[in-house]
Amino acid sequence: MSNKVNEFQILNADDAELMRISQEGTLSLNLNEMQTIQSHFAKLQRNPTDVELETIAQTWSEHCVHKTFKSIILYSEEGKETEQIDGLFPTYIQRATEVIDKPWCVSVFSDNAGIIEFDETFNLVFKVETHNHPSAIEPYGGAGTGIGGVIRDSLGTGLGAKPILNTDVFCFGLPDTPYEKLPKGTLHPKRVFKGVVAGVRDYGNRMGIPTANGAILFDTRYTANPLVFCGNVGLIPIDRCDKSVEPGDLIVAVGGRTGRDGIHGATFSSAELDDTSESLGSVVQIGNPIMEKKIVDALLQARDQNLYRSITDCGAGGFSSAVGEMGEDTGAEVHLERVPLKYEGLAPWEIWLSEAQERMVIAVPPENLDELMEICEAEMVEATVLGNFTDTHRLQVFYDGAIVADLDMKFLHKGLPQHIKKATWQPPQHQEMPSRDSQTENYAEDLCRLLASPNIASKESVIRQYDHEVQGGVVIKPLVGIANDGPSDACVTTPVIGSEKAVIVANGINPKYSDVDAYISAASAIDEALRNIVAVGGTLEKTALLDNFCWGNPDKPDRLGALVRAAKACYDIAIAYGTPFISGKDSLYNEYRDTTTGEQRAIPSTLLISAICVMPNIRNAVTMDVKSPGNLIYVVGNTYAELGGSHYFGIHNFIGNTAPAVRPDEGKLTMEKLSTAINSGLVRSCHDCSEGGIGVAAAEMAFSGGYGMALNISNVPTGEEITSDDFLLFSESNSRFLVEIEPHHQEAFENHMVGVPTGCLGVVTETPEFIVNGLTGKYVIETTIDTLKSAWQTPLHS
Amino acid sequence: MKPKVLVLRTAGTNCDAETDVAFQLAGAETDLVHIQNLISGKTNLSDYQILAIPGGFSYGDDIAAGILLAVEMKHKLRKTLDQFVVDDKLIIGICNGFQVLVRTGLLPGTENGSPEITQRATLAMNTSAKFECRWVELDTQLSPCIFTKGIKPHLYLPVAHAEGKFTAPPDVLEELESNSQIVFRYGRTSQSPSDKTEYPHNPNGSDADIAGICDVTGRIFGLMPHPERFLTKYNHPRWTRENLPEEGDGLAIFKNAVNYAKANFS
Repeated sequence: MSNKVNEFQILNADDAELMRISQEGTLSLNLNEMQTIQSHFAKLQRNPTDVELETIAQTWSEHCVHKTFKSIILYSEEGKETEQIDGLFPTYIQRATEVIDKPWCVSVFSDNAGIIEFDETFNLVFKVETHNHPSAIEPYGGAGTGIGGVIRDSLGTGLGAKPILNTDVFCFGLPDTPYEKLPKGTLHPKRVFKGVVAGVRDYGNRMGIPTANGAILFDTRYTANPLVFCGNVGLIPIDRCDKSVEPGDLIVAVGGRTGRDGIHGATFSSAELDDTSESLGSVVQIGNPIMEKKIVDALLQARDQNLYRSITDCGAGGFSSAVGEMGEDTGAEVHLERVPLKYEGLAPWEIWLSEAQERMVIAVPPENLDELMEICEAEMVEATVLGNFTDTHRLQVFYDGAIVADLDMKFLHKGLPQHIKKATWQPPQHQEMPSRDSQTENYAEDLCRLLASPNIASKESVIRQYDHEVQGGVVIKPLVGIANDGPSDACVTTPVIGSEKAVIVANGINPKYSDVDAYISAASAIDEALRNIVAVGGTLEKTALLDNFCWGNPDKPDRLGALVRAAKACYDIAIAYGTPFISGKDSLYNEYRDTTTGEQRAIPSTLLISAICVMPNIRNAVTMDVKSPGNLIYVVGNTYAELGGSHYFGIHNFIGNTAPAVRPDEGKLTMEKLSTAINSGLVRSCHDCSEGGIGVAAAEMAFSGGYGMALNISNVPTGEEITSDDFLLFSESNSRFLVEIEPHHQEAFENHMVGVPTGCLGVVTETPEFIVNGLTGKYVIETTIDTLKSAWQTPLHS
Repeated sequence: MKPKVLVLRTAGTNCDAETDVAFQLAGAETDLVHIQNLISGKTNLSDYQILAIPGGFSYGDDIAAGILLAVEMKHKLRKTLDQFVVDDKLIIGICNGFQVLVRTGLLPGTENGSPEITQRATLAMNTSAKFECRWVELDTQLSPCIFTKGIKPHLYLPVAHAEGKFTAPPDVLEELESNSQIVFRYGRTSQSPSDKTEYPHNPNGSDADIAGICDVTGRIFGLMPHPERFLTKYNHPRWTRENLPEEGDGLAIFKNAVNYAKANFS
C-alpha cells in the first residue's frame, strides 16, 4: 500500500466490469448504483479517484443510508391486489410518530439518537445499534466496539449527552450445538457468547456506565450470524440539543489515532456473510474504552463552555461519513495528511475511510480553538484541525496539497437512485400440537423444562459481570427479590442524584413468532416492551419506542415481505398505544452462505423494540418478586389459546399457527388501569406474562420472593373457550400481567380494575410448595419453589 | 466553614461524580480535580482537608489495577502527599482508589519503624476470575478508622470489581490484626466470627475476609465496596420489600470524615 491515489476506470466499463469493480472493492454497490456513478462522472469527463468512489460507496451503503427502508416496495399477498409502498420508514415508522405527535418528543430520526424531555434541566437521548457481522467474526472486539459506537451516538447527539445507561440484547446459536454441526467457517455459539459478553463487559464497565437492562436469546439460526444489539441512554441539558455548522468553522478530530482497522465496515455489513468472511479480520476494529472515557470527559466540558457548534461520531465510513454528513448543507475541505496516524503507510482513501474507534468530529468556531485545545490537553486527548467547513457545497479532500476528491454534496447525499423492490408474503402452514392433558398428570416437569430453556433461564452469571450500580442511580436492578436473583421486568434509574425522577428502560423481542407471522412478532415485541415498562410502574403516556430490525437479505421477496408485515405492525400498534418511535436502525443481509454447498441460511426475522419511559417518582416503583404470604395473586388481561411460536410448543418441537395477537383496545385499557393501580400503591408486585405464559410468570414471582403459591387456573379470564390446562398455563397471549395484592386492598383493586378481565388465582404461601389446581379441580402442578428455581438457575450458570 | 474535599480524577476514573455528591450530602465543599492539575501546581492539595480517590479503571488498569496512577502519585506528587499525611489530613480510596493506596504503600502503611513507604499487600484477581457486581454484607471491626467511628456493626454495600482479593504475607496480616487496622470484613452477620466467609459472600476470596483497611492512625482508609452507591434507601436492592431508613448505609462514612475535618481543621 502506498500514499498514491488511484483512479477507478469506470467511464468505459461495461456492466460486467462495473460489477467486478464493486465486488472486488467490497463496495456493495449494485449495478444501478454503479451506472448512476458512471454517468455522473461521464458528465465530468473523468474517472473517479479511489477516494471518491469509496466515499460514495460508504455514503450509499445500506448501513449508512438505509436504502431498503426508503425504497419503493411492491408488496403482494395471496388473493390481494399488489400494494405499492413508498418507503417503509416514511410510511410506517416516521408517520406513526407524526400522527401520535407527543409534545415531549424533542428530536426524532434527525440526529444520532432520539431526544425526549426529562425534567426542567435535562432531556434524555436514546439509541440502539447493532454490531452483528463484526461480532460473528471477532466476538470480543465486535461487541466491545458495538457498545463503544452507540455511546458515541449519545455523545454525538445534539451537542453531546452524558451516557447514563447501557442496554444489550444478544441472539446466539444454541450453546449445546455439536461441533460437527457448525456451519463452515463459523465460531461455536459458546465462544461467541463468551466473547460478546466479555466485550460488552470490558467496554461498559471501563466507561463507568451501568449495564442494567438486556436479554439473551438462542436459536440455531443465529449460529452463523449472531445478533448483538447495543443501546445507550444519555442525559443532555435542554439548551444543548441543537447543532449547526457555519462556513469557516474548523473541522476538528478529537480522540484516537487513525489506523487501518475497520476499513469497509459499512459496506461489509451491507452484504451477506459466508464461510470465508472469517478472513476479513481488518474490518473489525479494536476498542479502547479509556480513550472514549477521556473524550467524554473533555467534550462535555467543552460543550458546557459552548466551544463548538456541532458534533458527530466517526462510525461507519469514518471521516468520510462524519465530515460528509456534517458538511452536507455547506461544504467541507479536509487535509488528510494532518490526520494523526497510528503508523505510517496508509493510502489517502484508507485514512479517509478508516473506522478506527474512539474518534469524534466537531465544528469549532476559530476563536474557540485555543480554549478547546486547552481542555483536550488537560484531559490528555489528542485534538487536530483537519480543515474547515466551506460554502462551496462540495466535499473537497486534499493530501499533501493535491486534491484527491472533489464531490458535489448534492450528488453524494441525494444522487442515490431509489430502488424498487418486490415483496411477497404467504402464511406458512405448520403442524398443530394438541393439548397434552390426556397424557400428563403433573405439568411440573414441563414447567421446569420451560424455566430451563435457554431463553427463559437465569442470566445472572452474565448480569453480575456488568457493573449495574456505577453512577449510583440504578434503583430497580436487573436482579430483584429476596436473594437478589429474580428476573426484573425492566430497570429504573435516577440519573440526577438527589432527584427522585426516574427513567425506565425495557425491551421486547419475539423472533419465534415470526415463524408464524412477522406482523404478530413485531406487534408482540411492542406489547412486551410496554408491559415491562408498566410492570415496574411506568405509563404508556410517557413512553417512547426504538425499533431495531435485524433481517435476512431484503433482495429476496419473502424476506422483504416479512419486513413489510413487521413495519405495518409497528405503525398499527404504536398508534393504538400512543407510543411514538424516536429512533431506530436496521441491519439487513443477516444471512450466511456456504460457498461450496451454496446452502443459504437467514436468521429469524428479529425486531427488537426498546422502550423508554419517564417516571415522575421512584417511590411508586414495584418489582416482580412476591412480598408476603397471605397476599392474593391476580391475573390481569384475557388469555386466548395462542401457543403458535410459544416456548411450550417449542419444547415439544412444534411451531403451530396461532401466535399471540395484540388486541390494542384490550391491551391499552389493561395497561392504563394497571399503571394507575400501581401508582396508587394498590399493587405489591407485578410481573408480565411472556415466554412460558402464566406458569412461568407465577413460578418466577414465587421463587424470586422466596414463598410458595397455591393457585387455581380455572379462574383465569379467557377471551375464548379454553378447555385444557396446559393451554391455560402456557399460552403466551399478550397484554397480561400477574399481580400481588394485599388482602386489605382487594376490594379497592377489584373496583379499580372494572372493565378489565381480572381473575384471582390464589394466594402466596409461607411454605415453599408451588401448587396449581386445574380445570377439573385436580392438581396440575405440584412442586416446590426450590425445584423450580434450581431448574431456572442451572442451565446458564457459568 | 465547610471542609474541602478534593475528589481526584484521571483518565478512566468513573465513580467521581457520585463520590462528589456523597461528600456534598455529608456537608463538604468539593472539587473534582484532574491529577494533571495537581502535578502542574494549578491546584494545591494543601487547600483541602480530605483527599478522595474514587473508583474506576485509572489508565485502563493496564498492567494491574491502579498501578499506573499509584506510580504517578508516588513519583510526581510525593512531597505534596507526604505533607498532606504529615498534616494529619484524611485520605479515602474506594475500589480503584483502594487499589491505588495499596500500590503506593500508603495502605497498610510503613512497617513499624521503617521510614520507607513500600507496597506490602496487594489486591489480586478475584478467585472467581470474573468481574463481580453484587451486594455484600460487611462486619465492622474495632479499629482506629476515623471514617467508621460509631458506625453500625453491619453494613450492606455493593462491590463491583475484578481485582479485589486482598492478599498479603502472613506477617503483614498479623500486623494488621494486632494494630486493629482491619476496618471491614465480608459477610459475618449470620455466622460466628471465627468462620471463614464463603463465596459469594466473600466476593473475591480476600485473605481473612478483608474488605477494607486503614493505616495505624486511622486517617487513611481504603475499601473495595462502594459506600457512595448507597446514599438513599432506593439504592438498596430490596427497598421494595423491606422497611429501610431513608438514609443509606454508605453516607455515614462520608459524614464521619466531614465531621472530623470540621472538628480538627477549622
